[in-house]
Amino acid sequence: MQDDKPAGERLWATVVWALVIFFVVNVIATIAAVGVDSFGTRWFNSWLPAGFTTRWYKAAWDEFQLHDVLIVTFEVVGAVVLLSGLLGVPAAYALARRNFPGKQLMILLFLLPMMIPPITFGIPLATVLYQAHLGGNMSGVILANLVPTVPFVVLVMIPFIEQIDPRIEAAARVFGAGTGRLFVHVLVPMLTPGILAALLLVLVRTIAMFELTFFTAGPDSQTLVVTLYYAVGAAGVRSNQSIDAMAVIYMLTTLVWLLIALRFVDPTQIVTRVKKEAV
Amino acid sequence: MSEAALSKPTERPPLRVRLALRDIDGVTLLVVPAVVFVLLLFIYPFAYGLVLSFLPKKGGWLANYAKFFSDPFLYDTIWSTFRLAIPATLINVLVSVPIALRVRHMRHRRVLTTLLVVPITLGTVLIAQGLLIYLGPQGWFNRVLAVVGIGHVRLVHNYTGVMLSLIMSGFPFTFLLTLSYLTGIDPSLEQAAATLGAKARARFVHILLPLLAQGLAINMCLSFVQTFSVFPSAVLLGAPAGETRVISIAAYQAAYEQYDYSMASAVAMIMGFCQLGVVILILAGRNFLYRGSAAGGKG
Repeated sequence: MQDDKPAGERLWATVVWALVIFFVVNVIATIAAVGVDSFGTRWFNSWLPAGFTTRWYKAAWDEFQLHDVLIVTFEVVGAVVLLSGLLGVPAAYALARRNFPGKQLMILLFLLPMMIPPITFGIPLATVLYQAHLGGNMSGVILANLVPTVPFVVLVMIPFIEQIDPRIEAAARVFGAGTGRLFVHVLVPMLTPGILAALLLVLVRTIAMFELTFFTAGPDSQTLVVTLYYAVGAAGVRSNQSIDAMAVIYMLTTLVWLLIALRFVDPTQIVTRVKKEAV
Repeated sequence: MSEAALSKPTERPPLRVRLALRDIDGVTLLVVPAVVFVLLLFIYPFAYGLVLSFLPKKGGWLANYAKFFSDPFLYDTIWSTFRLAIPATLINVLVSVPIALRVRHMRHRRVLTTLLVVPITLGTVLIAQGLLIYLGPQGWFNRVLAVVGIGHVRLVHNYTGVMLSLIMSGFPFTFLLTLSYLTGIDPSLEQAAATLGAKARARFVHILLPLLAQGLAINMCLSFVQTFSVFPSAVLLGAPAGETRVISIAAYQAAYEQYDYSMASAVAMIMGFCQLGVVILILAGRNFLYRGSAAGGKG
């Protein structure tokens, strides 16, 4: 803070920082309210619950069959991560290394599912999946979740691949490596940080992907976020605290992966990839 | 292909070579699975939905659209969605600019950006549950208001609740996008202006704003499209039968309560066209307003 700044500018800076602090405090309080309520015995008319207990976690675990839901969630997420990596990374390699006619059109094709919100394409997609007898079960949920994640992996991986010196690949080819061996022995080891970042973000996005899962899931293919939605929507049927206990379990599964992901990526990267391609 | 057809067949190099000259070889084929996937599961369903919307359960080919635009219970959803999406977009984008201008010089920027990624990651369903407690009649927010002396305010199960959730989950996204655009501007441009004596306001209006215009327009498009498709928070935090009956709720009810997939597709298409229309308007407005100065700034 220099003293020669005019008073108006300093007042403006104060207002801006006050807004930031107000926003962050409200976000923290919103999340904390869920956490505190999930440990409270009774919470009426006071700043904090009357007493603290962990019994709601046991209750939520049984009431919402969280054991099964978590298994489904991890199966879906695992399949989505694996398949979007297998489909996305080779495609990104081709787009980064070759300059064929129609390449711009293909990039646009990959951009669209990321820019158009899932609600808009989710209902036609679910209709098609139900007609192909893939709706209402796990394969439908996985296929629907892949729609935004495959393009995401492609677009995130292109700049990572472009950074690699093509002479390294040329050297591998001189020594007789085919495309398959090139991938396994040269590209994948060199691209590990990029692939890890892309796939961790896919993982976090898929755990939190509500709309597409909601439209395609049947009773035994619901992921955690859809179960949470139904519980919140039917509040009053279950006790609020056990819903919150489930919400905390959901938060933990998401945030653990986010923390791991943030070791590999800059937070702005999560949103900026879209923009770089869009300009 | 036309140039290849002109030359005599005997002089033609083999197909492989000709394709390789256009950068099509074994490596290029690696793009095929992903492209086929997107065509099958994104483009095809969209086209299918468009066709299906013209094949109503009963009536002529436009019956679904006629029904939508003649039933106030349906066409009012467009208005109630715009009523949420436009203010939320404007607030998120406009507030993000002054904050990003400050934050880009901040020393521990990463701490703040990490904090802001949390609401994006948690998603709208969790934010909705959190806000139901936090803003509820017995929540901390209303308690603070009571202590300050403002008294009790109803903030959930109405328009305000949905708006606040749109800001809470949407603002971090727009802010991080604005911040990344802003940090992408060469700082020497602003330093040059400062050397020539331009005050902060003049530097912003004449240097940063024209260079940011492109980014802000795209940011606004993305933010609008996201808020226009609000669904879980409109149901959980709003009044889904009343003032926050947004267009996505109408589409959902057609598909999953009336099992009329044709009507649901029609509503989804109307939602898509509304989004497309506003995106085109924003992009056209940007060209109209900033064409000259953006070119000057880049030189």
